[in-house]
Amino acid sequence: MMTMKVLTLAFAALIATSASALAAEDLSQPQEPIKQSWSWEGPFGMYDRAQLQRGFQVYKEVCSACHSLNLVSFNDLSYEHGGTGMFSDAQVKAIAAGYKVPAGPDEKGNTTDESGNPLMRPGIPADHFPAPFANEEAARAANGGALPPDQSLLVKAREGGADYVYSIVVGDGAKPPHGFKVVEGKYYDPYFAGRTIGMPPPLRDDSVTYSDGTKATLDQEAQDVTAFLSWAAEPKLEDRHRIGFGVMLFMLLLSGLLFLSYRKVWKDAH
Amino acid sequence: MSGPSTYVPKSGFSRWMDSRLPLMRFAHDTMLAFPTPKNLNFWYAFGAILTFMLGIQILTGVVLAMHYVANADLAFNSVEGIMRNINYGWLIRYMHANGASFFFIAVYIHMFRGLYYGSYKAPREVLWILGVILYLLMVATAFFGYVLPWGQMSFWGATVITNFFSALDQITPHWGSAIATWLWGGFAVGDATLNRFFSLHYLLPFVIAGVVALHIWALHVPGNNNPLGIDVKGPQDTLPFHPYYTVKDAFYVAIFALIYLAFVFYAPNFFGNPDNYTPANPVVTPPDIVPEWYLLPYYAMLRSVPQKLLGVIVMAGSLLTLLFIPWLDTSKVRSTRFRPMMKQFFWFFVIDCAILGYCGSQSADASLTLGSFALPLVWIARLATLYYFGFFWVIMPLLGIIERPKPLPTSISQPVLAAAE
Repeated sequence: MMTMKVLTLAFAALIATSASALAAEDLSQPQEPIKQSWSWEGPFGMYDRAQLQRGFQVYKEVCSACHSLNLVSFNDLSYEHGGTGMFSDAQVKAIAAGYKVPAGPDEKGNTTDESGNPLMRPGIPADHFPAPFANEEAARAANGGALPPDQSLLVKAREGGADYVYSIVVGDGAKPPHGFKVVEGKYYDPYFAGRTIGMPPPLRDDSVTYSDGTKATLDQEAQDVTAFLSWAAEPKLEDRHRIGFGVMLFMLLLSGLLFLSYRKVWKDAH
Repeated sequence: MSGPSTYVPKSGFSRWMDSRLPLMRFAHDTMLAFPTPKNLNFWYAFGAILTFMLGIQILTGVVLAMHYVANADLAFNSVEGIMRNINYGWLIRYMHANGASFFFIAVYIHMFRGLYYGSYKAPREVLWILGVILYLLMVATAFFGYVLPWGQMSFWGATVITNFFSALDQITPHWGSAIATWLWGGFAVGDATLNRFFSLHYLLPFVIAGVVALHIWALHVPGNNNPLGIDVKGPQDTLPFHPYYTVKDAFYVAIFALIYLAFVFYAPNFFGNPDNYTPANPVVTPPDIVPEWYLLPYYAMLRSVPQKLLGVIVMAGSLLTLLFIPWLDTSKVRSTRFRPMMKQFFWFFVIDCAILGYCGSQSADASLTLGSFALPLVWIARLATLYYFGFFWVIMPLLGIIERPKPLPTSISQPVLAAAE
């Protein structure tokens, strides 16, 4: 992902140097995402647990109003029993219980209560995050025709990855350049394809109040929620980096030994 | 093979076995004593590397198939289940996905090596043709495999490729579409298509393994070619395969695996397309449908022809051309080392393939801006396609006639002596 980014940037720079001198900014094309430095980048990169907790808070209090997180279960939020999450089992239990999820039929076989509403029960850790809308049609109807994408894999499903998601969040609602017409009910976002996005600016300063006392600036919130979504898309990243280090050491040692064997065997071959 | 057997059974059991099923003799003659030219260089390690990668792909693939669900509604989430909930599932899947790319890196180097040293020339034509068949099987297997995660690129890639057959409508109306419908098992790529692609994706690797056995058999009858491209004159030119080449191959396999695993652990999505992390959606077409990187040169050739049927013919022709190389090259000299003109055309051919790959990776209407002049990439792709075919069908036959090769060494063990003459 990172190497790809570097290649893309290098190529973009090449194109830019040949093209930018000639034309003013092409407003039909999105801007390159803002490059950020993330704690999980590089071979030894790891997530920052405190940041993941803050990011979860932003997701829960803001994003989850429109965006589902279908592939993630509450259990995934735990760091106990070999989990990769950011909360203890007890915290996870409390978080899950705060959600209402569709319940199965009751003992009389009813699937709705007296007033005809579907039966609900408090969530348990094994449940996945409930989606904010019942289906795609409901989601579009509530969002001016636009479909808020599921966020489980968002960071991996977009060219530019975490930088892109961060840029979309901070860029949304920017003042459009002179002469750029934004469609009624849409917003200008220089990093989004076509530069017009259906999502209202999701975050501003103090959209959330962090329990750890971190100052909730727009930039801070965007960083934190991007970290959380990166974790949601690639929850095994830390295992991968840790095991990878051992594997690389082993392969280097093996290659070294094989090289010495090769030299010794071939010494008197000629 | 390649000379009389040198196996001597040592124990009572091995003598008993040898007169019934001489497995040990076979293993001894093909894997231990097999006389191998002593001047094989690094580029000859890719046979072993490919065997290693085939093993990795089959092993990881069998485990993935235990957890994968070939159903259009469940496939995408079952792959994510492997990534999130199966113990080390992420490792197995990333090894398999990156393994495909590294399998192709290895096979391309292996093929270019064969081209450079003239390894397709008599008496190795069948060896080469089996290799081309292996490559085509790999392409088919990789294509089926790429469809299985049922992401956007899976779905639309499958749609584009299978639609090639509907181009036949232009010769025999309705027949092409009928073939496409038959392949899909419906009127569009769907659940039936996914199921049969899964079945074929599981079957073909074992077909590949079978053809690999034939490929190695066809290698062991004439014996290895070598960087000098001259025949082995006697035992002074060879070394037993074991331990000389087992240890040399093992070293290069380890280096190759090191690079491969570096991608698995530190850049597992480098070769992937982000769009494939979005579930397949038949009503939303991605802005740019691109195949995996190893098919980009063919994709560029396909798109360089403005007419659909002709485009498909050109693309199929570019692959089938490989089968005729043993007879297109008219030079008596195998190794490009001694062919000064071929050397230049060869390296330009390598660059040409890279240019085609680049053109295939860009959108169809892209152009290269040089100052105030914009050159449409499709024209670069057209020139590159022309060179691709020209290299095999014009340059190769002609060079054999007009080129004056450098003098060949008298034998593998005396190359320096010959050069001094």
